[in-house]
Amino acid sequence: MLGVQLAELTGAAPDGTEEALDLVAGFDDALAHGLGRLGGERSAALTALAGALDATPLGPAVREAAEKIAAGSVTDEHLAALAGGRTALFGAVHDALLGRLDAALGRTRAGWAEAAIETDAEAPLLGAARSWLQELAITGWRGVDHDLVSASDQAVEALLADPGARRLAVLLDGLAAELRASSPVATMERLPVRRWADLWARALLLCRPGGRSGLVGREEPGGRSGPVGREEQGSVGREEPTQVSGRLLILGVDVHEHATAVQAQVHAVLEPAGGARPRVVRVSVGAAKVDTIVGPAVWRLLDAHPTLLGALAERRGLDVTDMSLPASGDLIWHDDRAALAEPADPFVTARVLLPEAAFPAVPPLERHPVRIAEPVLVEGHRIGDGAVELDGHTLALDLDRLPGLGPLTPAMVTAAEACVGLVRWDGGRWTLQPLAVRGTLKRKPFEAHGGDWAMGPTDPKVVKAEAKAGDAVAVLRERAGRLLRR
Amino acid sequence: MIETAAREQRSAEPVVRPVRPRKLGKVPFVELADGRLQGVVSSGSDLARVYVSSISAATHGFSCSTNNNRPCGGLSGGSPCKHLRALADEAVLQYGLDRVTRYLRVEAGDDDDLMSRLDGTREAAPAAGVFSRFLRHLAYLELPGSTAPIAEMHWFPAVSAEVR
Repeated sequence: MLGVQLAELTGAAPDGTEEALDLVAGFDDALAHGLGRLGGERSAALTALAGALDATPLGPAVREAAEKIAAGSVTDEHLAALAGGRTALFGAVHDALLGRLDAALGRTRAGWAEAAIETDAEAPLLGAARSWLQELAITGWRGVDHDLVSASDQAVEALLADPGARRLAVLLDGLAAELRASSPVATMERLPVRRWADLWARALLLCRPGGRSGLVGREEPGGRSGPVGREEQGSVGREEPTQVSGRLLILGVDVHEHATAVQAQVHAVLEPAGGARPRVVRVSVGAAKVDTIVGPAVWRLLDAHPTLLGALAERRGLDVTDMSLPASGDLIWHDDRAALAEPADPFVTARVLLPEAAFPAVPPLERHPVRIAEPVLVEGHRIGDGAVELDGHTLALDLDRLPGLGPLTPAMVTAAEACVGLVRWDGGRWTLQPLAVRGTLKRKPFEAHGGDWAMGPTDPKVVKAEAKAGDAVAVLRERAGRLLRR
Repeated sequence: MIETAAREQRSAEPVVRPVRPRKLGKVPFVELADGRLQGVVSSGSDLARVYVSSISAATHGFSCSTNNNRPCGGLSGGSPCKHLRALADEAVLQYGLDRVTRYLRVEAGDDDDLMSRLDGTREAAPAAGVFSRFLRHLAYLELPGSTAPIAEMHWFPAVSAEVR
């Protein structure tokens, strides 16, 4: 990334962003207080949200919802319309931000082909989840207590048992755990209102018929209609995935986790066999976990993918054969169709391949700024005040996103001479999440990648701490074997 | 320092930090839930037996019984048994003293023994419910993994255990 590119990225926010976020903030405030007892000011916030969507297909439904809810009728349909309206606003903000990033970095991104909307049959499991979300909306975050949180237990348990509902299950479980830890919420000083409204709105949309087919990358062929680039706001579609083979060069790994779920998302460049243009892809592997499995032990939950973890730990490329690649760029991993290749340097991959690579489209239902995670190489920079500086332009470093399962430390990041990272946007500003760093610390050269410990920690101090704590995964699996199958 | 965005306006704001690692053999399950510090403690003598122990945040009343609801013999004197002490110790290791004392609404310094700061008495508690929560906890480890991307996990970044 060059200084001039950073200047363009972090210049004045795209037109309309602030206005859209103000409308969202009004809605989020209403949701914090509960839609069951809206006062005049908060009713006006819903009306304002509806006003912004007047010219869109969602307009009439959101307006009716705002009116009916102000009058005291909080139905499932009305809530879905409001969640859809809020989601559409964030979708527009996402598109403006990602468009800004692509323009600044000179990247070309594929459009999303409008796909057939698959409305699968109403699953009975979704009813319980919807009524919990409705209860939350009526009560408002400030009214959430232990009883209301516990009311989600059965819905979550049933959804977890259905692999097709994993996205919704994982989301609701994460939200419930936060509400449980925060209960009674009335005693909290400051609420993460945007975050909880995000989670609530996404969950509500995933509960809708058709929401489940928002799962990108299912392997069965999907319908495809309309030219590439035609888009429909809020449609839940998918394109037929293509089968790809070639060399996969890893840029880094971004790990997501809450108490009961982990996902390792590997950002990489695929050089397709036959010499086609390189494509930026993401590989996601995930597992369920429990809160007491933390730090490097988390990798052991992903041991069904030894080749992928091996490539991370040994800093190698991968040869992949016949893997499915949907338009979203989410390469669907099959560990048995991958083989370790030559050592590969992510700094070289980023420097050489990112400028010429093709970037994937973002599925409509996933358009939210939180999903923006775009790989970049930063070098020749200065670091001060927790930010990288290029030609006088700054980008804040996210030093919180350096989890204990990898070797990166704030000291390394702030001493780095080169950094491969993800550009993200949250809370009104752009940040850099480091994935791999190289530099000199106390006169010693160092290099650290987030996936270095994927096959076990390599730092003797961490190995010792791990040995002392014992093997949490093994202890709990043994307990599960003894107690669950009695 | 670059100004950080307000907690209210961040989507990926960490709300629950990762817990601290601890040995799980003796006390495989601890949680702050349903208004109680509660968990499951392995029996010292019988591999197949576990005790369900809990302390109420509202009354500081405590309870300990086997998962089959037989009262723990160690409670007969009216003071907390060794299982309750183990539960409290492990809870402090897992969550840190601050979070545990805040949940139990009790004042205790780093040098204080948490149990000695609680003045509750023995009271009945639903052991079966806690035990079934433990089984549910273990059942997570039996769920199949997934290779379909879960976009929603972007709201849950892996972060350091300490606030930076």
